[in-house]
Amino acid sequence: MLRAMIALILTLSFVSTASAQTADAPDRSATGGAQTVKDIMLRQRGEAVDNSFRSGATGDPDSAAGISNQLGTLGGTSDPELWRAVRFGSANTKASNNGPAAAVLIQDGGMSWLKFRAGPLASYGGGLLMGMIALLAAFFMYRGRIKIDGQKTGRKITRFKAIERFGHWLLSGSFILLGLTGLISLFGRKFLIPTFGHETFSFLAVGSKWVHNNVSWAFMLALAMIFVMWVAENIPHRSDINWLRKGGGIFSKGHPPAKKFNAGQKLIFWSVIVLGVSISVSGVSLLFPFEINMFAATFAKINATGIPSVLGFGELREVLAPHEEMQYAQLWHAVVSFVLMAIILAHIYIGSVGMEGAYDAMGSGEVEEQWAREHHSIWVEEVMAEKIIASGQAASAGSVPKKGAPKKAAPKKAAPKKAAPKKAAPKKAAPPTE
Amino acid sequence: MKAMFMAFLTIAVIAVGANLVLKQAGFSSQDRTLGANVQLDD
Repeated sequence: MLRAMIALILTLSFVSTASAQTADAPDRSATGGAQTVKDIMLRQRGEAVDNSFRSGATGDPDSAAGISNQLGTLGGTSDPELWRAVRFGSANTKASNNGPAAAVLIQDGGMSWLKFRAGPLASYGGGLLMGMIALLAAFFMYRGRIKIDGQKTGRKITRFKAIERFGHWLLSGSFILLGLTGLISLFGRKFLIPTFGHETFSFLAVGSKWVHNNVSWAFMLALAMIFVMWVAENIPHRSDINWLRKGGGIFSKGHPPAKKFNAGQKLIFWSVIVLGVSISVSGVSLLFPFEINMFAATFAKINATGIPSVLGFGELREVLAPHEEMQYAQLWHAVVSFVLMAIILAHIYIGSVGMEGAYDAMGSGEVEEQWAREHHSIWVEEVMAEKIIASGQAASAGSVPKKGAPKKAAPKKAAPKKAAPKKAAPKKAAPPTE
Repeated sequence: MKAMFMAFLTIAVIAVGANLVLKQAGFSSQDRTLGANVQLDD
């Protein structure tokens, strides 16, 4: 009973603190309804100020003095009231140029975008890229170039056909151009103007924008090609679990088996597809400004899931001004691009410097057999099995095997090797007896 | 190597081509944002 009483008294004592949470309507009589010292102090501390007392004070045309009276021509709105309306977006502005945003003279909400773009976006994005480069450098210093362990056979297996390599280089060539020109768009003013001066930078920036906007179509086409060509081989497989558990064999001795694409490559593939589609969609929205607005609807869908309130964010705004839509699109596009660039840096590393024999896959399309046996053993078996079936079919059809064919197939299994020369021998023997 | 060169060439062709096609189709900045009464270089 006593404990219950104590609990009740303690609970009731906290009720009084609730009154501190109710917002007292600030007293602005000292300044006649304008900003007070308290508002200024709040803003200097970086706290939010409720601007409704200003956004609402935009004059009253109905209380205008007659047109021939003193100040009558102002139409009931003083100059500060007029500019308040312009700043907070309630002015009836008409513009002679087109577009949904033409009549927006001042976009009050844009300052937070500007600060974010120049602040966290630039620093965290740049930091991510620098961090990835440092990580790759450290890995190279520790592990060195991953060599082919066994004896090289001198034989080659076809890994990628010409069209596959074409699709990959279309994607990667356009990605490099897009990435570099994108970085110029974000960092150019800060780092290139001091180095090259305004005139040169202007030329560079205009060219960079042209390249970025027009090469994007090649990227999108290549992305579609890559998806169609390789999605089948990138579906997750049982062997991926073992491969991932062994870390791809990157720090251990021995090579976990893998099919045509190992689990690491599948992660790259799906990252590129998902992030690439996302970046393409936001990019197209930026290419056709104010026409493809997706964030308002997306925020509405996210609000419907209830996640923002669970995380303590409150509801995301479901009505966005045209400039805000474009600003969100730009931020999303930039964030996804940094993530993609970081991933691709690792991909470029492993496919070039990082691993002996890897580049051949995309360079000539033919890989050293020993490399393939070490890194894609299941795939090699599948390829060899196919070749045996193919040469078996050719032999059973009665056609004379071409001199070069048995060498190319180079089946490791003993039976076919014996079979081909056996079949060739009687034929070779025939002409002399005739 | 040939696939790589062909791909890079294709990027250039697509870039120039897309630019021309979009301009012809009326998607240049000028066409989209200028009012009818503004005469720049027409």
